[in-house]
Amino acid sequence: MSVQIWTYAFVFLTFGLYIGIAIWSRASSTKEFYVAGGNVPPLANGMATAADWMSAASFISMAGLIAFLGRDGAFYLMGWTGGYVLLALLLAPYLRKFGKFTVPDFIGDRYYSRTARLIAVFCAIVISFVYVCGQMQGAGIVFSRFLEVDITIGVIIGMAIVFFYAVMGGMKGITYTQVAQYCVLIFAFMVPAIFISILMTGQLIPQIGFGSELLDGSGFLLDRLDGLSAELGFPTYTDGHRSTQDVFFITAALMFGTAGLPHVIIRFFTVPNVRDARKSAGFALIFIAILYTTAPAVSAFAKTNLINTVNNIEYTAVPEWFTKWETTNLIVFDDKNSDGLIQYVGDPEINELQVNRDIMVLANPEIAGLPNWVVALVAAGALAAALSTAAGLLLVISTSVAHDFLKRSFMPGITEKQELRYARISIFLAVLVAGYFGINPPAYVAQVVAFAFGLAAASFFPAIVMGIFYKRMNRQGAIAGMLAGFGFTAMYIIYFRFINPAADNTENWWFGISPEGIGTLGAMANLAVAYTVAKFTPAPPLEVQKIVERIRLPGDI
Amino acid sequence: MSDNSAQNYWKANIKIVLSLLSIWFFISFGCGILFVDALDNIRFGGFKLGFWIAQQGSIFVFVGLIFVYIHLMDKLDDKFKLESSNASDTDTGGDSE
Repeated sequence: MSVQIWTYAFVFLTFGLYIGIAIWSRASSTKEFYVAGGNVPPLANGMATAADWMSAASFISMAGLIAFLGRDGAFYLMGWTGGYVLLALLLAPYLRKFGKFTVPDFIGDRYYSRTARLIAVFCAIVISFVYVCGQMQGAGIVFSRFLEVDITIGVIIGMAIVFFYAVMGGMKGITYTQVAQYCVLIFAFMVPAIFISILMTGQLIPQIGFGSELLDGSGFLLDRLDGLSAELGFPTYTDGHRSTQDVFFITAALMFGTAGLPHVIIRFFTVPNVRDARKSAGFALIFIAILYTTAPAVSAFAKTNLINTVNNIEYTAVPEWFTKWETTNLIVFDDKNSDGLIQYVGDPEINELQVNRDIMVLANPEIAGLPNWVVALVAAGALAAALSTAAGLLLVISTSVAHDFLKRSFMPGITEKQELRYARISIFLAVLVAGYFGINPPAYVAQVVAFAFGLAAASFFPAIVMGIFYKRMNRQGAIAGMLAGFGFTAMYIIYFRFINPAADNTENWWFGISPEGIGTLGAMANLAVAYTVAKFTPAPPLEVQKIVERIRLPGDI
Repeated sequence: MSDNSAQNYWKANIKIVLSLLSIWFFISFGCGILFVDALDNIRFGGFKLGFWIAQQGSIFVFVGLIFVYIHLMDKLDDKFKLESSNASDTDTGGDSE
């Protein structure tokens, strides 16, 4: 069977499964719609959190990014996993004990202020929208490349599926679909990785193959990769090339951002109690770590394979996948010296091949010559990753609008039934807007993703941590801190990415920190401003201090 | 629970969190970033140690830290007889199917 038939089969099969789950898990109350009734078992919540978290970027782009960054790529690996330690130790158990539906709920109640709640609603919606557009776009790329349908049709199919289970089932539908999507995506990521590891190093486990000798007798994989890189004038793979402080700040921004992303935090509202919240954070990180420890191995395998397969090969003799990806412009060959050979080298004057980092995972099975069904599996996995994250983000947008904006801020009188209807309407509108941006992606989608993490790091993370660990923190301090952190981070990113991109280099960055890492400084600014303002303004009311005391204890107090 | 034992519980909790977070910081920011070049002089198998910690080892440590935390906190809860598993802290409306 051809790749395309296999792909259709896998995609129909998995989509059928998601729709089946959606029908089975219709939500009938706001509690079911917002937090899946609050009775999701920790293991299931761990899987759902992993699928919720691992987006099209983790599945499609990350291994490719690392393949071109080498050791510095570790900031993605440590940043996006280390954040779970913060989440588990500093946020999840307390927020579960607090026992409401959303992040703005916590901010609004803890800081006894509608202004604080509305700032939180604004941050949550901006962060989630930025993020969801990338997911829809990822789904569109997979559809157009593997199913060879138009990108527009691809995005519409993706929207229809998400719409179906998110609008009907709310968090309940999303949770159980995410469990299924985790299984699909991890299987689709691991099977090719294991195949390639066996082919190249004879090791079944990619994490071990990563540090093993190659079967062709050319020594250890990483030494070979360093050797090839040096030979062709690329930066060496296992050494760092960015400044230490930049790597430090980017890692910290991704960690704080991970812990502050509302669609991840709300997953911990869905488990029955505090003990289960802690446990499910542990399960979530195990499920994430399976992919995240495999990804750097895939990067090294793919980079070595790519160099070996294409460098100094006659253009007329390239394999089929090369030509196919050329039609999408993700691989571009320009025969500068007209010798008919592909020169893939570090020197931009001589180099004749441009490879888009996004195709490293998608094209990897084809580059390694794996069977057709494995190639097709990757498409189903990438779709599962994109759709599961999109659904989680859409739910945040919907709860922010229906619950925090309407019910808690402006229309306290509405009934539960009305609130549920507003939640469904807002998720429907959010799907449409996300779909629009998936079809007409703003040219700067890749850049604005830095926004999501930087803004979450600079706004939510410090505000929530202080709300739990610093009883004296008051309304004035928290609001000033969030505005300072959010404002500073947004301005820094907007300046270097949109207003003056020419200045976006080490010399002009503050303390050598790139816009990706500036969220760390934003978080510090948030803390400093909040602390100072709180010092000079009255302590929070007694009943708020009681709330803080209550969430610090896990039991029925 | 009296205010006093609540305070002791919170102190013990802070101590656990701080000691685990210092390991978290030492492994990721310390070994994975600040001292990575020095550690790269040590090799095991096909890996340089610093590179391995940055791309693999730190993640395993993170998983370990959360499970140590789960274990220590469960023990602490039992010690202070805070039966969180009764789920009585959630509102009972959540039993719908």
